[in-house]
Amino acid sequence: MRNTEKIVHEPLFHIAKRDDLVWWQRLLIRAATVVVAFLFAGMLSWTLIGVDPFTFLGKLFVGTFGTERRTWISLRDLAVLLSIALALVPAFKMKFWNIGAEGQVLMGGLGAAICMYYLGGTAPDVVVYLLMLVVGILFGVVWGVLPAICKAVWRTNETLFTLMMNYLAMQLISFFTDIWVKDGSGVMKNETHLHGIKFPELGNVYVLPILVAVVLAVLLFVYLKYSKQGYELSVVGESENTARYVGINVKKVIIRTMIISGAVCGLVGVLLTGAINGTVTTETAGGQGFTAIIVAWVGKFNPLFMVLSAFLIVFMDRGTNELNLTNDAFASIVTAVVVFFIIGCEFFLSYQIKFRRRAKGKANDGAQDPPAAETPELPPEAGGAKEVQA
Amino acid sequence: MKKVLAVGLAATLAVAGMGVLSACGTNEGVSKDDIKVGFIFLHDETSTYDKNFIDAARAAVEKIGLRDDQVVFKMNVPEDDTAYETAADLADTGCDVVFADSFGHESYILKAAEEFPETQFCHATGTQAHTKNFDNYHNAFATIYEGRYLAGVVAGMKLEEMIDAGEITADEAKMGYVGAFPYAEVISGFTSFYLGARSIVPEVTMTVRYTNSWYDLTAEGETAKALINEGCVLISQHADSLGAPSACEDAGVPNVSYNGSTKATGPNTYLVSSRINWEPYFEYMINCVINGEEIDDDWTGTLETGSVELAELNEGVVADGTAEKLAEVEAQLKAGTLHVFDTSKFTVGGKTLTSYMADVDDMGDYEKDTEAIKDGYFHESEYRSAPYFDIIIDGITSYSTT
Repeated sequence: MRNTEKIVHEPLFHIAKRDDLVWWQRLLIRAATVVVAFLFAGMLSWTLIGVDPFTFLGKLFVGTFGTERRTWISLRDLAVLLSIALALVPAFKMKFWNIGAEGQVLMGGLGAAICMYYLGGTAPDVVVYLLMLVVGILFGVVWGVLPAICKAVWRTNETLFTLMMNYLAMQLISFFTDIWVKDGSGVMKNETHLHGIKFPELGNVYVLPILVAVVLAVLLFVYLKYSKQGYELSVVGESENTARYVGINVKKVIIRTMIISGAVCGLVGVLLTGAINGTVTTETAGGQGFTAIIVAWVGKFNPLFMVLSAFLIVFMDRGTNELNLTNDAFASIVTAVVVFFIIGCEFFLSYQIKFRRRAKGKANDGAQDPPAAETPELPPEAGGAKEVQA
Repeated sequence: MKKVLAVGLAATLAVAGMGVLSACGTNEGVSKDDIKVGFIFLHDETSTYDKNFIDAARAAVEKIGLRDDQVVFKMNVPEDDTAYETAADLADTGCDVVFADSFGHESYILKAAEEFPETQFCHATGTQAHTKNFDNYHNAFATIYEGRYLAGVVAGMKLEEMIDAGEITADEAKMGYVGAFPYAEVISGFTSFYLGARSIVPEVTMTVRYTNSWYDLTAEGETAKALINEGCVLISQHADSLGAPSACEDAGVPNVSYNGSTKATGPNTYLVSSRINWEPYFEYMINCVINGEEIDDDWTGTLETGSVELAELNEGVVADGTAEKLAEVEAQLKAGTLHVFDTSKFTVGGKTLTSYMADVDDMGDYEKDTEAIKDGYFHESEYRSAPYFDIIIDGITSYSTT
């Protein structure tokens, strides 16, 4: 009987895809969002901790770049976070939700520490360095590939699987710490327990991780954009049926991609242990395995954009460090607020809100637009930008 | 001519060298208006352990009368390279003295101390200052085993009250203890706590379970619950979150806390808390730098220095007469007529200890180097400030989680 109703109920507003923005408009909107986000964070700082917005922004800069040492640390932190985020990209492009980067990094660190503990002092340092790399990367691969095999063969849920692998990695580190550290303090020291093994410096201690991140970013960019494997994994991500139809071995691609993802995480773990901390603890990855997920998404899986998103996180982290607070809460709030602004901005770049028109007009365009429920919280790259350019 | 030149040059160099040396040697101190102090904390003030340091730092700074911009707080500094970078950054940015609060910070703070000889570095709970002998690296701790013993007396009084009221029999007087790591600092702490309780209730036993983490809210709560389910009628802990106190409040089991009062979390179950009051040390440390005096390599706070304290007694929950008993025992401890680790008061494997070699120098060799038992008691925190009593005595059952 619907046909007999006179009034078509149009909602107050609906959300429609938008594809009328050109690249410079998008850029401008993004820049404006960042400015607004920081202004808002500044207002929060004013009201919550009594630091006025200008002092607040100044402190963020001083905390990140205030001294030569701070600049180097910021760059290195950026490099480490970026490297982990880069490791996630191939898996994410394949729509394999690897949230196990934390554990894969930790296993890389543990692999390196095992070589340091058992071979340090007996084998020549160069041999230990090489084995640290091999074993650490291998450990990362195993931690990444186990969930991939199970997903490829038995269709297990990779999100849960990779998450649980994180806890396994932490417990393994606790286990080895317990065995190696005989005074029971749980503190594994480089000189005392790991024979003082550390990778040689390249100029200064910060350069090696930075160099690795740059090389990784370039390699990954080329791999994803120009290699056949990179193409295959994005086809698997778009539609497994399509991939199968064109003759791509989906299982093989899933496993191969997670080997790469795990290997890069393992490498970062080796660096954290061998070049930065000189030891491994359950905190070695420090939650960066999870933060990297945000970095990858906000950076739209583009290594160049990811440099910016990783920088944003590091800037907030190192910057708020300068505020002389004794409670972590404020730093977490402002960082989250800034990230929310940016995610929100991406939403409005891909979609627009159309309000109900006053005039009776045609209401049928609403039928084709996706309802709000279909909107992903984090708009994927397919959000419309591409179609415009094409 | 060449010879003359050479002699002249050598003399100039020698004079210049002496000038440099004397500049290093005479430490004139820093004026109160210029001194800058940096603090490194493992977590933030949501950790009871760090809050204890943070409160003390604020109190000391206020007492000496420093401005806000003369004090730098760095929180959430993990026990890795970040600790070195943070300490170095504080030295870079003009701090005259830098303090770090966690055991695992030590090797990283040492690295910074080596790099910045002009800056003083102080570290709580560390063990290496007295053997490394740097001019600018110092450890500090306190005879907290005396505080733990007093807290144990409070627990014993409570157990006695429960026995007298018929709530439990003397055989059921079993305490539970949530420990962080099977490490000397923890073992020394729970042993003195146990001995304090046993001085009131001779039948008491204790079960210790470890979380293998200094700060793990969930694990500490779960471990406390597990102990309560095993039949422990009173819980204490040496771990830094509010996990155990809140689990005790939920279960209605009395709790003896650490690092400061947790009465707000457990109004009906909190009994008392022992804590190290770091304010006297911070004051001493800052004043040393102002006056250009050397900071003690290995400083041990005591009941007398005000470093070992009991935080508020929960009058409504503790047994009657607790305060009077505490005053009596504290007087005995201060007078030296009572020793916490009196070897006649405990046994190990059924035997009285007459000799125990402790690893005091902590060179990483785990070699027992120092005889700790003399004159009928174990000399804790005398050969170095950080505890080295690491014996599991009879009456205590200790389980590691790994």
